[in-house]
Amino acid sequence: MAKVVGEVIIDIERCKGCELCIQACPEQTLALGKAINHKGYQYVVKVNDNCTGCVNCAIICPDAVITVYRKSLKPKQEVAV
Amino acid sequence: MAGEVLDVVAEDIVRPENLVYRRPSALLDVDMHYCPGCGHSTVHKIFMEVVEEMGIQHDIIGVAPVGCSVFAYNYMDIDMQQAAHGRACAVATGIKRMLPDKFVFTYQGDGDLAAIGGNETLHAANRGENFLVIFINNAIYGMTSGQMAPTTIDGMVTTTSPYGRDPKTMGYPLKFGDLIAPLPGVAYVTRQAVNTVQNVRRAKKALQRALEYQKQGLGFCLVEIVSNCPSNWKMTPVESNKYVQNVLIPFYPLGDIKVPEVKK
Amino acid sequence: MGEVKLMKGNEALAEAAIRAGVDAYFGYPITPQSEVIEYLSREATKRTGMLVLQAESEVAAINMIYGAAGCGKKAMTTSSSPGISLMQEGLSYIASAELPCLLANINRGGPGLGTIQPAQGDYFQTTKGGGHGDYHLLVLAPYNVQEMADFVKLGFDLAFKYRNPVMILADGALGQMMEKVELPPQLPRENKEYPWATTGKPKNGERRIITSLHIQPEKMEEINLRLQRKYKQMEAEEVRYQTKNLEDAEYVFTAFGLVSRIALKAMDIGRQKGYKIGWIRPITLYPFPKKIYAEIAPKVKGILDIEMNAGQMVEDVMLSVQGKTRVEFYGRMGGVVPTPDEILENFEKMFIKGE
Repeated sequence: MAKVVGEVIIDIERCKGCELCIQACPEQTLALGKAINHKGYQYVVKVNDNCTGCVNCAIICPDAVITVYRKSLKPKQEVAV
Repeated sequence: MAGEVLDVVAEDIVRPENLVYRRPSALLDVDMHYCPGCGHSTVHKIFMEVVEEMGIQHDIIGVAPVGCSVFAYNYMDIDMQQAAHGRACAVATGIKRMLPDKFVFTYQGDGDLAAIGGNETLHAANRGENFLVIFINNAIYGMTSGQMAPTTIDGMVTTTSPYGRDPKTMGYPLKFGDLIAPLPGVAYVTRQAVNTVQNVRRAKKALQRALEYQKQGLGFCLVEIVSNCPSNWKMTPVESNKYVQNVLIPFYPLGDIKVPEVKK
Repeated sequence: MGEVKLMKGNEALAEAAIRAGVDAYFGYPITPQSEVIEYLSREATKRTGMLVLQAESEVAAINMIYGAAGCGKKAMTTSSSPGISLMQEGLSYIASAELPCLLANINRGGPGLGTIQPAQGDYFQTTKGGGHGDYHLLVLAPYNVQEMADFVKLGFDLAFKYRNPVMILADGALGQMMEKVELPPQLPRENKEYPWATTGKPKNGERRIITSLHIQPEKMEEINLRLQRKYKQMEAEEVRYQTKNLEDAEYVFTAFGLVSRIALKAMDIGRQKGYKIGWIRPITLYPFPKKIYAEIAPKVKGILDIEMNAGQMVEDVMLSVQGKTRVEFYGRMGGVVPTPDEILENFEKMFIKGE
């Protein structure tokens, strides 16, 4: 079985902290951070490495601030790494 | 250990070949003025994804009339016309009749489409005008800050129905899609939502289908999107999407109301 | 000489629209001008491919024009007073968004549903803006069937020169009466590209936005200033009028449209009686030919302004003469057309017997 790993890049200055992505993430990878951006919004941050790159967060994000990457890791390749 | 995954660092994942979602290029690289969690932004985004994926950015003209989405042209990187309140379908008629080979759409709220613009919408539908109407139904007037809309549901509190909408004196919530679906000029009527990931995916497909139908010249297409208005509903975005699910969708059920007959 | 025909004013206007290579007509029937949409429905599409669409209302028609004009197409409509009132919202948007288009108002008696007989009660509405905000239409006032035809191409030329709506202000009589008209040659539909027109974002360029919305006050003021500069340019370059017998005139009859012809006849009768009467007919009601009035004012004993309304253009005449001569008004309303004799009789009452 290949394992899928993902990574999200959040455009924190454009995030409005609506939290819809937090609800949509099946891995509880996202949470509202304490810091605020230039607009005065608390923005979303990654809180663990469980992201599978499922893109749910990006699809629900109204402001299109999330970019998602996904990589499929096969055991053999991993050994090679 | 066989099958055990070694640690991968972010730099290994964040590579162009691994990109699975990015902001659509047809959506301009600017902040949108919409409130946090607003469905307008979501619909702008998925519609621009459709435009990009279909490769029609240079062949589409949009009409944005009055309402929160009057500034849609600030975000969609396409040619657009801003129209008077309610007149989008008349303006779109003028555009499409002059440029029948281009894609044309309107982007209208419930007040614009179903109240002040009811006549223009109805007659464009009845003429079978070959364009797409994107109809954002959030059951309230957002831009003017929370007054009753033609789609406000029974009992719903707004600033002009402060004790809840009473159909006896304020009229009944209007299902405009159902109203026009029987007209022979209407090709496609569907009701979608953007409150969950699955619904966003479906809404995007519906928008794409509507543009395909327009390409085939099938006639008037209406994609209604049951949406939210966290600010005027006085809810958090998360609560507002739950309200869409639990209160609005039962009254405005999702799904296709009319689809074109398949040509054999 | 071009083709000469005997035609109703409404038909001449419609025929001229086909021959001017107009792309689209959007309209809604209303008396006394329904011949325009009827004629076009019969003739236009088969001859030039011009679109003729009967809209669900005047409100829709003017907004269809907004859309079509925004694509750089030659779009027009015609209506009569109550219908023109319904178009005022759209006209304000079109003026602000700076779109070219042509309208004709075959003015009938008002206010309200009024009458279907000829009147000039829409002068204020037509020349002072009509809808909300600071804007002007460029207004042409034909006085015979020939000009009903000629002003179509002229109207579009001016509309595109200034990117501004142009209005032909006629009346029910000019629309309905038949006269000999020399028709203009058939021009092709142009299919021109304009850099401002929304026809799909250019592959190597910025997107185009047609809008009248500018939330920033400074930006909105800038738009207003640009519009005002445009109106100043119109005042400098587009004033049109016609005069007769001003050389030795002691009095001037002035009127526009149909009434100017009646005033011309009244002038002739007056001259036979020995009164030295001259005549001024503004052809552009906006921009108004202020200068000719200002020039003649110190040289004459008085100006009689005659209109089929309660006195509207007379205000512009008064503003133009700046008190340098006496200005009197005679008018009929509600669809009643004044006769030359009654004009002269009132002239004598006001200017001769009182002297």
